[in-house]
Amino acid sequence: MSADASDLTRLSATALSERLVAGDCSSVEVTQAYVDRIGAVDGAVHAFLHVDADGALAQAAEVDRRRAADAALHPLAGVPVAVKDLVATKGLPTTAGSRLLAGWVPPYDATVVTRLRAAGLPILGKTNMDEFAMGSSTEHSAFGPTHNPWDLDRIPGGSGGGSAAAVAAFQAPLAIGTDTGGSIRQPAAVTGTVGVKPTYGGVSRYGLVALASSLDQAGPVTRTVLDAATLHELLGGHDPLDSTSIDAPLPPLVDAVRDAHVRDLRIGVVRELGGEGYQAGVRARFDEALTLLADAGAEMVEVSCPHFEYGLAAYYLILPSEASSNLARFDAMRYGLRVAPDGPGTPSAEDVMLATREAGFGDEAKRRIILGTYALSSGYYDAYYGSAQKVRTLIARDFERAFEQADVLVSPTAPTTAFRLGEKLDDPLAMYLNDIATIPANLAGVPGLSLPSGLADEDGLPAGFQVLAPATADDRLYRVGGALETMLHDRWGGGLLDRAPALAMAGEESE
Amino acid sequence: MISYDDAVERFEPAIGLEVHVELGTVSKMFCGCATTFGAEPNSQVCPTCLGLPGSLPVVNGQAIESAMRIGLALNCDIAPWSRFARKNYFYPDMPKNFQISQYDEPIAVDGWTEVGLDGGSVQIGIERAHLEEDTGKSLHVGGSTGRIHGASHSLVDYNRAGIPLVEIVTRPVIGPDARSPEVARMYVAHLRDLLLALGVSDVRMEQGSLRCDANVSLRPRGTEPLGTRTETKNVNSLRSVERAVRHEVCRQAEVLLAGGSVTQETRHWHEDTGVTTPGRSKEQAEDYRYFPEPDLVPVAPSAEWVEQLRTTLPEPPSERRTRLAAEWGFSELEMRDTLGAGALDLVEATVVSGASPQAARKWWLSVLARTANERGVELGALPVSPQQVAQLQELVDAGKVNDQLARQVLDGVLAGEGSPADVVAIRGLAVVSDEGALAAAVDRAIDANPDVAAKVRDGKVAAAGALIGSVMKDLRGQADAARVRELVLARLT
Amino acid sequence: MLSRDDVAHLARLARIDLTDAELDHLAPQLRVIVESVARVGEVAGADVPPTSHPLPVTNVFRDDVVHPGLTADEALAAAPAVERQRFSVPQILGEEA
Repeated sequence: MSADASDLTRLSATALSERLVAGDCSSVEVTQAYVDRIGAVDGAVHAFLHVDADGALAQAAEVDRRRAADAALHPLAGVPVAVKDLVATKGLPTTAGSRLLAGWVPPYDATVVTRLRAAGLPILGKTNMDEFAMGSSTEHSAFGPTHNPWDLDRIPGGSGGGSAAAVAAFQAPLAIGTDTGGSIRQPAAVTGTVGVKPTYGGVSRYGLVALASSLDQAGPVTRTVLDAATLHELLGGHDPLDSTSIDAPLPPLVDAVRDAHVRDLRIGVVRELGGEGYQAGVRARFDEALTLLADAGAEMVEVSCPHFEYGLAAYYLILPSEASSNLARFDAMRYGLRVAPDGPGTPSAEDVMLATREAGFGDEAKRRIILGTYALSSGYYDAYYGSAQKVRTLIARDFERAFEQADVLVSPTAPTTAFRLGEKLDDPLAMYLNDIATIPANLAGVPGLSLPSGLADEDGLPAGFQVLAPATADDRLYRVGGALETMLHDRWGGGLLDRAPALAMAGEESE
Repeated sequence: MISYDDAVERFEPAIGLEVHVELGTVSKMFCGCATTFGAEPNSQVCPTCLGLPGSLPVVNGQAIESAMRIGLALNCDIAPWSRFARKNYFYPDMPKNFQISQYDEPIAVDGWTEVGLDGGSVQIGIERAHLEEDTGKSLHVGGSTGRIHGASHSLVDYNRAGIPLVEIVTRPVIGPDARSPEVARMYVAHLRDLLLALGVSDVRMEQGSLRCDANVSLRPRGTEPLGTRTETKNVNSLRSVERAVRHEVCRQAEVLLAGGSVTQETRHWHEDTGVTTPGRSKEQAEDYRYFPEPDLVPVAPSAEWVEQLRTTLPEPPSERRTRLAAEWGFSELEMRDTLGAGALDLVEATVVSGASPQAARKWWLSVLARTANERGVELGALPVSPQQVAQLQELVDAGKVNDQLARQVLDGVLAGEGSPADVVAIRGLAVVSDEGALAAAVDRAIDANPDVAAKVRDGKVAAAGALIGSVMKDLRGQADAARVRELVLARLT
Repeated sequence: MLSRDDVAHLARLARIDLTDAELDHLAPQLRVIVESVARVGEVAGADVPPTSHPLPVTNVFRDDVVHPGLTADEALAAAPAVERQRFSVPQILGEEA
């Protein structure tokens, strides 16, 4: 591989954009470099479920043509992107990580994909994920797990482990993820990348295979805060096809990064997030980041959000309930897997539904569907789903009160660094605890960002720093994130990913 | 089976009607697909109404408006805040395996409407009206009857999936028992008129844009709690409403009198055999696991919007009836008969086309009502228009045809031979108005009946009748009898 | 609370034909989860309104106009079985049309 090509894969999206605009390289060259990188390392990482090299290169060529013809182009035009397989892409398979949708090719694009295409970002392919976005490790994918590029025996986080791993392994400069309880932010934390969950309604959900409709949001997965802001601005904004999308322009996010400073900003440390049960190395990096922010002029405040401790319970009632309904459509009648049951006689439609869903859903999906069906049942609704929706109100009120005292709230993104593959598979509750710090934001609809805080001493693995802002104040995420990132990069002499171990290339002899 | 009268002597029926109205919007309830009838299968679908993964609903504002106007016309309170909810169950004609409907927060509640009966009226309580989406349609293949039992498989068309429906639910109507089936029918007819006047639907029961389910329960006379109710579906015409209610009351009475109990179930009405048969047999009631639809936001109409819509309501039917009766000079009995025959709109249209109210009433309530009955169809389904009836009366008034000829002309119109003028021309039914021809016919009659002629000359005017009859026969009835009489008398006296 | 039979019934409602082995395996896991999430009842007082929508928005409507959708071919492209331009589904039991 030429030095130039490998340089290209190490560049941020912003840097690539500058080169493309300056004419120093073509989009085809950039895209080819990433396609080659995927070919070299994805056998080990398994970030991708589907790679569309021909399509991406054709899209890249088109951008190059338009650029040569002096067309006005989006800043990210020609910069390739990977898309989580939960997002409908016309003409490209969209499996949501499930056997039920193996081979399904949507006849339409999600709105976020429409925006990517309109701006001219070549789509490299679809990334791996926990089945129907249910999980924190990508181990529940029906097509095999993704491996953390920092240590291939470890999980990349979930449900969007594929997108995070792809970006962390330099297989894509940008990726799209979705976040229902932390599925963008937690993988970002354990892979040393940046991930953002926008304000609920800030980015269209049209075309995202629905998990929990009142919690899901699509967002950027990148290596830098500036890249995330740029991609977020492209994706976000009102969509008439999504009744829950906000009918107002986004605040200026890229400007917030370029103008990032924390002087006189009140930064609220949430007492209930980031203390007990968090890995020592994670907390150490978090505390250091707090010091940096204080030194840079921020006012540190301790805030209490007493109902956050009920967040996990509320989440694991609301999500399964909404999911049990959203996933009912997978019944073998119109698309997807159809399994005929064994046995004599002609199976009925009901028989085929029963057999197909039994064969098609994995364990975690089955658990949550049954839990959700239970929580919505007559006689149980008030105690379970109804009560969970009340806890949601209490959590939203906690946020409101906290945001009176602070402009942003901060915590470690996840309690631990990446654990080993297989380590938590037998204990669903232990797995759920990975989302303990990320879930409150989804319940309240407020935006959250995770950026790398450093490596934990005990295992040398990445940890994440989470910033939360009031609903529609996504710019504050980028202001604080941008400022912190600059300070940390100064301290590190570069990005955290520069320190990631080199991955063996396919075809190379292993040591 | 026990007679209806005997049944209501022992038991008091409570009738509840659930009517589903297909709104006449141009696009579907939650997406922009077309709603025109009769398109190629699965050609009016999109990711949303097909329930594809990732699709989302967006509410059709016109449907909201129509639902609110329906609620206002039924004297309901329009909820200042209402929501959509998911009704979860699995069925192949439902693309998402849940239906977006409204559960405990419907758009309109607590109304009433008055149905005319015997010159008076019955007040029917309206519990609620809410919006929901329709399902796809299935063809059942392989069985002998085309129905679901015995079918080997089904073919589903999702063109109708997502069509907006308003469901209107009455409170249980208790008494006047002897007339309950009729009241049920009159309610549906009245609702249909109201919806037509609002312009929200074409309410064609035979096409399914107005569907009725009848809930029937009985309780022994003098007791309080309502009995177990059954829900009867497939009630596809006004006639069926009355017949199905009547039958179900009798059936339940028989079950109860035999010491049994009524099973709570859904039943299916068969118009051809006049009975209901059990439908879904379920061990327990379906748990729909309703919860608020998270993909949609609440509907909160402002008071201003509601009041603005109130001004767009058509004249309430009872006011209209009173006004028309006064304008037309109808007696109470005449008006009652007109309403009972479902002929109000037809009479009005005929009057608007130029006929006198009495003439219009005469045509629709006698000859045409009899014809409709013989053919087993509704009055409005007859192949003659109010305009044509007015044209016919005009011919009579102008003396171009007499009453008997007019009947024949009407037969021709019903047979599809064209307008009244066309039929007169084709069949040569006009009265002879040529004075010369009339005079010649009179002369022929006089010549052929000299004795009778002599009597008339002598002063026995009454005897002229035979001569008139002879002329009429000669002219095959195509003469104005009064004119013939004049000519005969003029010749002979 | 949440017996094996309950789980079997719920699975049936959700149209998932769980095997005996799965029932044995899932039922205890679900019991543990339910016990854990039931704590929402501790704070969900009668005076707390439930949140179904994070955004305080109402009245989102679209105009009643037709937009082109999918062609029949596109709609049927992924269908497991097609007959007469319709989705062919196995026989439906126990329901009067």
